[in-house]
Amino acid sequence: MGKKLAITGNQAVAEAMKQINPDVCAAYPITPSTEIMQRFASFVSDGVVDTELVTVESEHSAMSACIGASAAGGRVMTATSSQGLALMWEMLHIASGMRLPIAMALVNRALSAPLNIHGDHSDGMGSRDCGWIQLYSENAQEAYDNIFQAVRIAEHEDIRLPAMVCMDGFIISHSIESMEFLPDDVVKDFIGEFKPTNPLLDVDKPVTYGPLVLPDYYIEFKKAQHEAIKRAKRVTLEVAKEFEKISGRSYGLFESYRLEDAEIAIVVLNSAAGTAKDVVDAFRDKGIKVGLLKPRLFRPFPYEEVADALGGAKVIGVFDRADSFGGFGPMYMEIASAMVASGSSPLMINRIYGLGGRDFMPEDAEAVIKELVEIADTGKAGTLKEYIGVRE
Amino acid sequence: MSETIEIRWHGRGGQGTVTAAKVLADACLSGGKNVQAFPEYGPERAGAPLRAYNRISTKPLRIHCPVTHPKIVVVMDATLIESIDITEGTPDDAIFVVNTHKTPEEIRKKLKLKDTQKLFTIDASTIALETIGRPLPNSCVLGALTRASGITDLQTLLDDVKGSFGSKFSEKIITANLEATRRGYEEVKEG
Repeated sequence: MGKKLAITGNQAVAEAMKQINPDVCAAYPITPSTEIMQRFASFVSDGVVDTELVTVESEHSAMSACIGASAAGGRVMTATSSQGLALMWEMLHIASGMRLPIAMALVNRALSAPLNIHGDHSDGMGSRDCGWIQLYSENAQEAYDNIFQAVRIAEHEDIRLPAMVCMDGFIISHSIESMEFLPDDVVKDFIGEFKPTNPLLDVDKPVTYGPLVLPDYYIEFKKAQHEAIKRAKRVTLEVAKEFEKISGRSYGLFESYRLEDAEIAIVVLNSAAGTAKDVVDAFRDKGIKVGLLKPRLFRPFPYEEVADALGGAKVIGVFDRADSFGGFGPMYMEIASAMVASGSSPLMINRIYGLGGRDFMPEDAEAVIKELVEIADTGKAGTLKEYIGVRE
Repeated sequence: MSETIEIRWHGRGGQGTVTAAKVLADACLSGGKNVQAFPEYGPERAGAPLRAYNRISTKPLRIHCPVTHPKIVVVMDATLIESIDITEGTPDDAIFVVNTHKTPEEIRKKLKLKDTQKLFTIDASTIALETIGRPLPNSCVLGALTRASGITDLQTLLDDVKGSFGSKFSEKIITANLEATRRGYEEVKEG
């Protein structure tokens, strides 16, 4: 067993990166992810990692340097948040389109304007279609564990795609929690040697990255990308199984919490899911059959498996800590797609919460579950999309 | 100890309140508990009121939100009592630990505490001046809190206070802080 420490989510990720010891990190600091690269930069200058740290003048350049280093044949990692990820947007597509297995920690933060440094999922959800594998984490332990698994999934020979690991800004990144580390040698064995495919630095076998592809082949490229990322579902489960052997902690495509016989289900991502689980317990104690689904792998989205897990529920409340203005929240759209595709038609409501770091309190989860109980009784869902905890 | 103890700290920027919450978390972790320590995030300004929180539990902690009904309230600066209701949300069996040179009776009256609520005072700023040479009350208050709550024991706390300084500080500063912690533990008054 590894040692148990009380540390912040950012520290946990920095330690994970230290244990992975990537070849190259290119990064530009941004709140709330700054501490990750700050600590990692210390590891570099103290000589405890062999990483080449490239300090750049923007996140666009950070991701560009990561792409170059990854195409050259290195194991590459970085970290960012919010506007930083937004500025990377163009390069995110290039990383995935070139099938480069870069691993990135995304410390979720709201997008401007108005300027806000606190946690919500607008950044991660905004990069949904960039072709990156996305894993979400409830707490520091999960962020730490997910980083290792993300590297393995991204680098798997059937995948070769970039992956990001998300955790809530401040709520997790800056809060101190007890968590357990893995020993260095165990991590090293689990991660293994990096195997480059078609590296630019292999001068005996010259290759081209990112050539012009016109209508005659572009769609074939894109379909291949879709097929590749879809395989991440299987690989995520395989890697999780291996990870459980070294850590004792089990991971899936998502977490099902007391869903087996649930008539009422809520879907909650990241740190708020922990708070909501305590509330689910309180309702269960009163004999109300409520359960929770916490997505983990958001891209690729496991539609069939999610529909299966939620299949018994008559009503579903989907919480979104991000918004699509003029549309439903991004998580709601996925859950609705999953349910419709499976042929089931539960009543579904969407509740937007916690934007810009607004606290998600147990009372918030309680109010929505009460509403769901009423919907289950009456068979009528009122307002489908609503914002909770908003001052009028 | 019930399953989960929640603590709310009231301090001013620069008093080491967040560090104190972290050291307490470390000490409780050393005692085998699950812990959380986090500040109320916002602009950090020296002298401005701030809050920090701890959760200490025998079971894994899943909840991630501020503490609204603290069993223990720690006040690092008694002048905050004038402007903030530090008793907000506290249960009938709450424990208050206040850094003040005033008597427990005066503070109890000022806070209008219920008879069932416990109050402890410690003149941590004076002790800090005498030991550390600067009015940094956090080590001393941690000692007082440990005695008042029994949440951890003095030796574990002293080990973690020492550990929190790492290698950056001189032996003199570390010894002074350990002395402040010990005096906080010994000189805390109940009333």
